[in-house]
Amino acid sequence: MAVDWLALFGHFLVFSLLSIGGAITVAPEMHRVLVDQMGLLTDAQFNASIAIAQASPGPNILFVAVMGFQAAGMAGMAVTLTGIMLPSTTLALMVSRWGHARREWLAVRAFKAGMAPLVIGLLVATAWLLTVQTPGKGHVLLTVASALIVWRTRLHLLALIAIGGVLGALGWV
Amino acid sequence: MAGASSDAATPASPRELFVAFTKLALQGFGGVLAVAQRVLVEERRWLTNAQFVEILALAQVLPGPNVCNVALMVGDRFFGARGAFAALAGMMAVPLVIVLILTAVYSQYAADPVVSGALKGMGAVAAGLIGGTALKLMGALRDNPLGAPACAVFAVVTFVLIALLRWPLAGVLLGLGTVACLWAAHALRSRREMP
Repeated sequence: MAVDWLALFGHFLVFSLLSIGGAITVAPEMHRVLVDQMGLLTDAQFNASIAIAQASPGPNILFVAVMGFQAAGMAGMAVTLTGIMLPSTTLALMVSRWGHARREWLAVRAFKAGMAPLVIGLLVATAWLLTVQTPGKGHVLLTVASALIVWRTRLHLLALIAIGGVLGALGWV
Repeated sequence: MAGASSDAATPASPRELFVAFTKLALQGFGGVLAVAQRVLVEERRWLTNAQFVEILALAQVLPGPNVCNVALMVGDRFFGARGAFAALAGMMAVPLVIVLILTAVYSQYAADPVVSGALKGMGAVAAGLIGGTALKLMGALRDNPLGAPACAVFAVVTFVLIALLRWPLAGVLLGLGTVACLWAAHALRSRREMP
Protein backbone atom coordinates (compact mmCIF):
# COMPACT_ATOMS: atom_id res chain seq x y z
CA MET A 1 0.00 0.00 0.00
CA ALA A 2 1.38 3.37 -0.97
CA VAL A 3 1.35 5.80 1.92
CA ASP A 4 1.04 9.50 1.27
CA TRP A 5 3.62 10.49 3.90
CA LEU A 6 3.27 14.21 3.42
CA ALA A 7 -0.50 14.10 3.84
CA LEU A 8 -0.17 11.88 6.92
CA PHE A 9 2.37 14.24 8.49
CA GLY A 10 0.29 17.28 7.60
CA HIS A 11 -2.86 15.82 9.17
CA PHE A 12 -1.05 15.13 12.45
CA LEU A 13 0.49 18.60 12.52
CA VAL A 14 -3.04 19.99 12.40
CA PHE A 15 -4.35 17.49 14.98
CA SER A 16 -1.60 18.65 17.31
CA LEU A 17 -2.82 22.23 17.28
CA LEU A 18 -6.43 21.13 17.76
CA SER A 19 -5.70 18.82 20.70
CA ILE A 20 -6.76 20.99 23.62
CA GLY A 21 -7.24 18.60 26.54
CA GLY A 22 -4.96 15.99 25.03
CA ALA A 23 -4.71 14.14 21.75
CA ILE A 24 -7.59 11.86 22.68
CA THR A 25 -9.98 14.77 22.03
CA VAL A 26 -9.14 14.62 18.31
CA ALA A 27 -9.47 10.81 18.13
CA PRO A 28 -12.71 11.11 16.12
CA GLU A 29 -10.84 13.21 13.52
CA MET A 30 -7.99 10.70 13.46
CA HIS A 31 -10.52 7.95 12.85
CA ARG A 32 -11.97 9.88 9.94
CA VAL A 33 -8.56 10.35 8.34
CA LEU A 34 -6.79 7.05 9.11
CA VAL A 35 -9.71 4.64 8.77
CA ASP A 36 -12.26 6.28 6.47
CA GLN A 37 -10.19 8.56 4.27
CA MET A 38 -6.71 7.02 3.91
CA GLY A 39 -7.67 3.41 4.68
CA LEU A 40 -4.49 2.82 6.67
CA LEU A 41 -6.18 1.20 9.68
CA THR A 42 -9.20 -1.00 10.34
CA ASP A 43 -11.77 -0.09 12.96
CA ALA A 44 -10.44 -2.84 15.23
CA GLN A 45 -6.84 -1.65 14.86
CA PHE A 46 -7.90 1.89 15.64
CA ASN A 47 -9.67 0.90 18.86
CA ALA A 48 -6.86 -1.47 19.84
CA SER A 49 -4.34 1.37 19.52
CA ILE A 50 -6.11 3.34 22.23
CA ALA A 51 -6.57 0.27 24.44
CA ILE A 52 -2.92 -0.78 24.17
CA ALA A 53 -1.61 2.69 25.04
CA GLN A 54 -3.90 2.86 28.07
CA ALA A 55 -2.72 -0.52 29.34
CA SER A 56 0.90 0.47 28.85
CA PRO A 57 2.90 2.67 31.25
CA GLY A 58 3.60 6.21 30.10
CA PRO A 59 1.65 9.09 28.63
CA ASN A 60 -1.55 8.21 26.77
CA ILE A 61 -0.34 10.19 23.75
CA LEU A 62 1.56 7.06 22.76
CA PHE A 63 -1.66 5.75 21.23
CA VAL A 64 -0.72 7.95 18.28
CA ALA A 65 2.59 6.07 17.95
CA VAL A 66 0.73 2.76 18.01
CA MET A 67 -1.63 3.98 15.28
CA GLY A 68 1.29 5.09 13.11
CA PHE A 69 3.09 1.80 13.73
CA GLN A 70 0.06 -0.29 12.81
CA ALA A 71 -0.61 1.87 9.76
CA ALA A 72 2.90 1.98 8.29
CA GLY A 73 5.55 0.42 10.55
CA MET A 74 8.37 2.31 12.22
CA ALA A 75 8.34 5.07 9.59
CA GLY A 76 4.61 5.55 10.18
CA MET A 77 5.23 5.72 13.90
CA ALA A 78 7.91 8.37 13.45
CA VAL A 79 5.71 10.47 11.16
CA THR A 80 2.55 10.44 13.32
CA LEU A 81 4.37 10.92 16.62
CA THR A 82 6.56 13.76 15.33
CA GLY A 83 3.53 15.36 13.71
CA ILE A 84 1.40 15.25 16.86
CA MET A 85 4.22 16.49 19.15
CA LEU A 86 6.06 19.17 17.17
CA PRO A 87 3.53 22.03 17.01
CA SER A 88 2.10 21.60 20.52
CA THR A 89 5.49 21.32 22.24
CA THR A 90 6.84 24.36 20.39
CA LEU A 91 3.78 26.38 21.32
CA ALA A 92 3.83 25.18 24.96
CA LEU A 93 7.47 26.15 25.34
CA MET A 94 6.94 29.59 23.84
CA VAL A 95 3.84 30.39 25.90
CA SER A 96 5.38 29.04 29.11
CA ARG A 97 8.45 31.24 28.67
CA TRP A 98 6.36 34.26 27.77
CA GLY A 99 4.25 33.81 30.90
CA HIS A 100 7.18 33.08 33.19
CA ALA A 101 9.02 36.22 32.08
CA ARG A 102 5.88 38.24 32.87
CA ARG A 103 4.81 36.39 36.02
CA GLU A 104 4.34 39.65 37.96
CA TRP A 105 1.85 40.98 35.40
CA LEU A 106 -1.72 41.20 36.61
CA ALA A 107 -3.00 39.29 33.57
CA VAL A 108 -0.61 36.37 34.14
CA ARG A 109 -1.40 36.19 37.86
CA ALA A 110 -5.12 36.42 37.12
CA PHE A 111 -4.82 33.58 34.64
CA LYS A 112 -3.09 31.33 37.17
CA ALA A 113 -5.55 32.15 39.94
CA GLY A 114 -8.63 32.00 37.74
CA MET A 115 -7.80 28.73 36.02
CA ALA A 116 -6.80 26.83 39.19
CA PRO A 117 -10.34 25.87 40.28
CA LEU A 118 -11.19 24.87 36.69
CA VAL A 119 -8.19 22.54 36.64
CA ILE A 120 -9.46 20.77 39.76
CA GLY A 121 -13.01 20.50 38.43
CA LEU A 122 -11.63 19.18 35.17
CA LEU A 123 -9.61 16.47 36.91
CA VAL A 124 -12.66 15.25 38.83
CA ALA A 125 -14.63 15.28 35.56
CA THR A 126 -11.91 13.21 33.88
CA ALA A 127 -12.02 10.63 36.66
CA TRP A 128 -15.81 10.55 36.43
CA LEU A 129 -15.89 10.10 32.64
CA LEU A 130 -13.24 7.37 32.77
CA THR A 131 -15.15 5.33 35.29
CA VAL A 132 -18.73 5.72 34.05
CA GLN A 133 -17.85 4.65 30.52
CA THR A 134 -17.53 1.07 31.82
CA PRO A 135 -20.75 -0.48 33.11
CA GLY A 136 -20.91 -2.09 36.57
CA LYS A 137 -20.91 -0.99 40.20
CA GLY A 138 -17.76 -2.72 41.49
CA HIS A 139 -15.81 -0.67 39.00
CA VAL A 140 -17.09 2.68 40.32
CA LEU A 141 -16.55 1.54 43.92
CA LEU A 142 -12.93 0.70 43.12
CA THR A 143 -12.45 4.13 41.52
CA VAL A 144 -13.85 5.96 44.55
CA ALA A 145 -11.85 3.81 46.98
CA SER A 146 -8.60 4.43 45.12
CA ALA A 147 -9.29 8.17 44.96
CA LEU A 148 -9.71 8.28 48.74
CA ILE A 149 -6.60 6.15 49.32
CA VAL A 150 -4.46 8.38 47.08
CA TRP A 151 -5.79 11.45 48.83
CA ARG A 152 -5.28 10.26 52.38
CA THR A 153 -2.37 7.79 52.33
CA ARG A 154 1.13 7.48 50.91
CA LEU A 155 0.55 3.98 49.56
CA HIS A 156 2.64 3.43 46.43
CA LEU A 157 0.61 4.13 43.29
CA LEU A 158 1.92 0.99 41.59
CA ALA A 159 0.65 -1.08 44.55
CA LEU A 160 -2.81 0.38 43.99
CA ILE A 161 -2.69 -0.33 40.26
CA ALA A 162 -1.58 -3.89 41.01
CA ILE A 163 -4.46 -4.40 43.46
CA GLY A 164 -6.85 -3.14 40.78
CA GLY A 165 -5.33 -5.55 38.27
CA VAL A 166 -5.70 -8.52 40.63
CA LEU A 167 -9.29 -7.65 41.54
CA GLY A 168 -10.09 -7.30 37.84
CA ALA A 169 -8.36 -10.55 36.90
CA LEU A 170 -10.45 -12.33 39.57
CA GLY A 171 -13.53 -10.86 37.92
CA TRP A 172 -14.60 -8.85 40.96
CA VAL A 173 -14.94 -5.46 39.28
CA MET B 1 10.93 30.09 41.76
CA ALA B 2 8.35 32.42 43.28
CA GLY B 3 6.42 30.97 46.18
CA ALA B 4 8.73 27.98 46.63
CA SER B 5 8.79 26.66 50.16
CA SER B 6 11.99 26.49 52.18
CA ASP B 7 12.41 22.75 51.63
CA ALA B 8 12.13 23.14 47.83
CA ALA B 9 14.74 21.22 45.87
CA THR B 10 16.06 21.46 42.33
CA PRO B 11 17.31 18.76 39.99
CA ALA B 12 21.10 18.67 39.65
CA SER B 13 21.27 18.16 35.89
CA PRO B 14 19.19 17.49 32.76
CA ARG B 15 20.28 13.88 33.18
CA GLU B 16 18.58 13.76 36.59
CA LEU B 17 15.45 15.19 34.95
CA PHE B 18 15.57 12.50 32.27
CA VAL B 19 15.92 9.72 34.82
CA ALA B 20 13.21 11.13 37.10
CA PHE B 21 10.73 11.52 34.24
CA THR B 22 11.52 8.06 32.91
CA LYS B 23 10.84 6.50 36.33
CA LEU B 24 7.72 8.59 36.70
CA ALA B 25 6.36 7.66 33.29
CA LEU B 26 6.96 3.96 33.91
CA GLN B 27 4.74 4.10 37.00
CA GLY B 28 1.91 5.74 35.09
CA PHE B 29 -0.62 3.18 33.97
CA GLY B 30 -3.74 4.75 32.49
CA GLY B 31 -2.27 8.24 32.77
CA VAL B 32 0.80 9.83 34.30
CA LEU B 33 -0.75 12.83 36.03
CA ALA B 34 -1.22 11.29 39.49
CA VAL B 35 2.35 9.98 39.50
CA ALA B 36 3.65 13.32 38.29
CA GLN B 37 2.06 15.10 41.26
CA ARG B 38 3.34 12.47 43.70
CA VAL B 39 6.91 12.49 42.37
CA LEU B 40 7.42 16.17 41.47
CA VAL B 41 5.66 17.64 44.51
CA GLU B 42 5.76 15.07 47.31
CA GLU B 43 8.90 13.04 46.67
CA ARG B 44 11.37 15.28 44.85
CA ARG B 45 9.90 18.61 46.07
CA TRP B 46 10.82 20.32 42.81
CA LEU B 47 7.42 22.05 42.81
CA THR B 48 4.79 23.04 45.36
CA ASN B 49 1.19 21.94 44.86
CA ALA B 50 0.34 25.53 43.87
CA GLN B 51 3.10 25.60 41.24
CA PHE B 52 1.96 22.22 39.96
CA VAL B 53 -1.59 23.53 39.51
CA GLU B 54 -0.28 26.65 37.73
CA ILE B 55 1.76 24.62 35.28
CA LEU B 56 -1.09 22.18 34.79
CA ALA B 57 -3.49 25.03 34.06
CA LEU B 58 -1.27 26.28 31.25
CA ALA B 59 -0.71 22.71 30.00
CA GLN B 60 -4.46 22.16 29.86
CA VAL B 61 -5.48 25.28 27.98
CA LEU B 62 -2.78 24.74 25.38
CA PRO B 63 -3.07 22.01 22.76
CA GLY B 64 -1.01 18.87 23.23
CA PRO B 65 -0.83 16.07 25.78
CA ASN B 66 -1.09 17.62 29.25
CA VAL B 67 1.59 15.59 31.00
CA CYS B 68 4.04 16.11 28.14
CA ASN B 69 3.41 19.86 28.30
CA VAL B 70 4.01 19.69 32.07
CA ALA B 71 7.31 17.81 31.55
CA LEU B 72 8.40 20.34 28.97
CA MET B 73 7.61 23.35 31.15
CA VAL B 74 9.19 21.87 34.28
CA GLY B 75 12.35 20.92 32.38
CA ASP B 76 12.52 24.37 30.79
CA ARG B 77 12.22 26.16 34.15
CA PHE B 78 15.29 24.37 35.49
CA PHE B 79 17.60 23.98 32.47
CA GLY B 80 16.06 25.80 29.52
CA ALA B 81 15.66 23.99 26.22
CA ARG B 82 18.02 21.19 27.27
CA GLY B 83 15.97 20.54 30.39
CA ALA B 84 12.75 20.64 28.42
CA PHE B 85 14.08 18.11 25.97
CA ALA B 86 15.50 15.88 28.71
CA ALA B 87 12.22 15.82 30.64
CA LEU B 88 10.10 15.17 27.56
CA ALA B 89 12.47 12.48 26.28
CA GLY B 90 12.41 10.83 29.70
CA MET B 91 8.63 10.87 29.65
CA MET B 92 8.41 9.25 26.20
CA ALA B 93 11.46 7.19 25.18
CA VAL B 94 11.25 4.03 27.29
CA PRO B 95 7.42 3.95 27.37
CA LEU B 96 7.48 4.16 23.56
CA VAL B 97 9.60 1.00 23.33
CA ILE B 98 7.28 -0.80 25.76
CA VAL B 99 4.09 0.20 23.98
CA LEU B 100 5.47 -1.02 20.64
CA ILE B 101 6.36 -4.39 22.19
CA LEU B 102 2.87 -4.60 23.68
CA THR B 103 1.42 -3.83 20.25
CA ALA B 104 3.31 -6.80 18.84
CA VAL B 105 1.92 -9.25 21.43
CA TYR B 106 -1.49 -7.63 21.95
CA SER B 107 -3.48 -9.70 19.49
CA GLN B 108 -2.60 -12.95 21.29
CA TYR B 109 -4.01 -11.77 24.62
CA ALA B 110 -6.74 -9.31 23.70
CA ALA B 111 -9.54 -11.87 24.03
CA ASP B 112 -8.28 -13.45 27.28
CA PRO B 113 -10.86 -12.79 30.04
CA VAL B 114 -8.21 -12.65 32.79
CA VAL B 115 -6.19 -10.06 30.87
CA SER B 116 -9.19 -7.95 29.95
CA GLY B 117 -10.47 -8.20 33.54
CA ALA B 118 -7.10 -7.09 34.90
CA LEU B 119 -7.04 -4.14 32.49
CA LYS B 120 -10.54 -3.16 33.59
CA GLY B 121 -9.49 -3.20 37.25
CA MET B 122 -6.36 -1.20 36.50
CA GLY B 123 -8.47 1.28 34.54
CA ALA B 124 -10.80 1.77 37.51
CA VAL B 125 -7.85 2.48 39.80
CA ALA B 126 -6.28 4.82 37.22
CA ALA B 127 -9.49 6.87 37.17
CA GLY B 128 -9.40 6.94 40.98
CA LEU B 129 -5.81 8.18 40.97
CA ILE B 130 -6.83 11.21 38.93
CA GLY B 131 -9.76 11.90 41.25
CA GLY B 132 -7.53 11.54 44.31
CA THR B 133 -4.98 13.90 42.81
CA ALA B 134 -7.74 16.46 42.34
CA LEU B 135 -8.65 16.14 46.03
CA LYS B 136 -5.01 16.71 47.04
CA LEU B 137 -4.63 19.72 44.76
CA MET B 138 -7.64 21.40 46.42
CA GLY B 139 -5.14 22.47 49.08
CA ALA B 140 -3.48 24.66 46.44
CA LEU B 141 -6.66 26.77 46.28
CA ARG B 142 -6.27 27.92 49.89
CA ASP B 143 -4.35 31.09 48.97
CA ASN B 144 -6.33 31.74 45.82
CA PRO B 145 -7.42 35.39 45.54
CA LEU B 146 -10.87 34.25 44.36
CA GLY B 147 -11.62 32.96 47.86
CA ALA B 148 -12.89 29.54 48.82
CA PRO B 149 -16.60 29.93 47.90
CA ALA B 150 -15.89 31.22 44.38
CA CYS B 151 -13.25 28.52 43.84
CA ALA B 152 -15.75 25.87 44.86
CA VAL B 153 -18.37 27.28 42.47
CA PHE B 154 -15.95 27.40 39.53
CA ALA B 155 -14.72 23.84 40.20
CA VAL B 156 -18.24 22.43 40.53
CA VAL B 157 -19.53 24.26 37.43
CA THR B 158 -16.54 22.94 35.44
CA PHE B 159 -17.32 19.41 36.61
CA VAL B 160 -21.01 19.70 35.72
CA LEU B 161 -20.37 21.19 32.26
CA ILE B 162 -17.72 18.64 31.29
CA ALA B 163 -18.78 15.45 33.06
CA LEU B 164 -22.56 15.70 33.15
CA LEU B 165 -23.52 18.00 30.26
CA ARG B 166 -20.57 16.90 28.08
CA TRP B 167 -19.83 20.37 26.79
CA PRO B 168 -16.70 20.63 24.62
CA LEU B 169 -13.60 21.31 26.71
CA ALA B 170 -12.28 24.16 24.56
CA GLY B 171 -15.55 26.05 24.95
CA VAL B 172 -15.64 25.57 28.73
CA LEU B 173 -12.02 26.66 29.15
CA LEU B 174 -12.57 29.71 26.99
CA GLY B 175 -15.99 30.74 28.33
CA LEU B 176 -15.89 29.87 32.01
CA GLY B 177 -12.11 30.38 32.07
CA THR B 178 -12.47 33.97 30.89
CA VAL B 179 -15.04 34.70 33.60
CA ALA B 180 -12.80 33.14 36.26
CA CYS B 181 -9.71 35.04 35.09
CA LEU B 182 -11.53 38.39 34.96
CA TRP B 183 -12.90 37.74 38.44
CA ALA B 184 -9.39 36.87 39.66
CA ALA B 185 -7.98 40.03 38.05
CA HIS B 186 -10.60 42.07 39.86
CA ALA B 187 -9.82 40.35 43.18
CA LEU B 188 -6.08 40.84 42.73
CA ARG B 189 -6.55 44.51 41.87
CA SER B 190 -8.74 45.28 44.87
CA ARG B 191 -6.35 43.34 47.12
CA ARG B 192 -3.51 45.53 45.88
CA GLU B 193 -5.45 48.71 46.61
CA MET B 194 -6.03 47.72 50.22
CA PRO B 195 -3.28 48.85 52.62
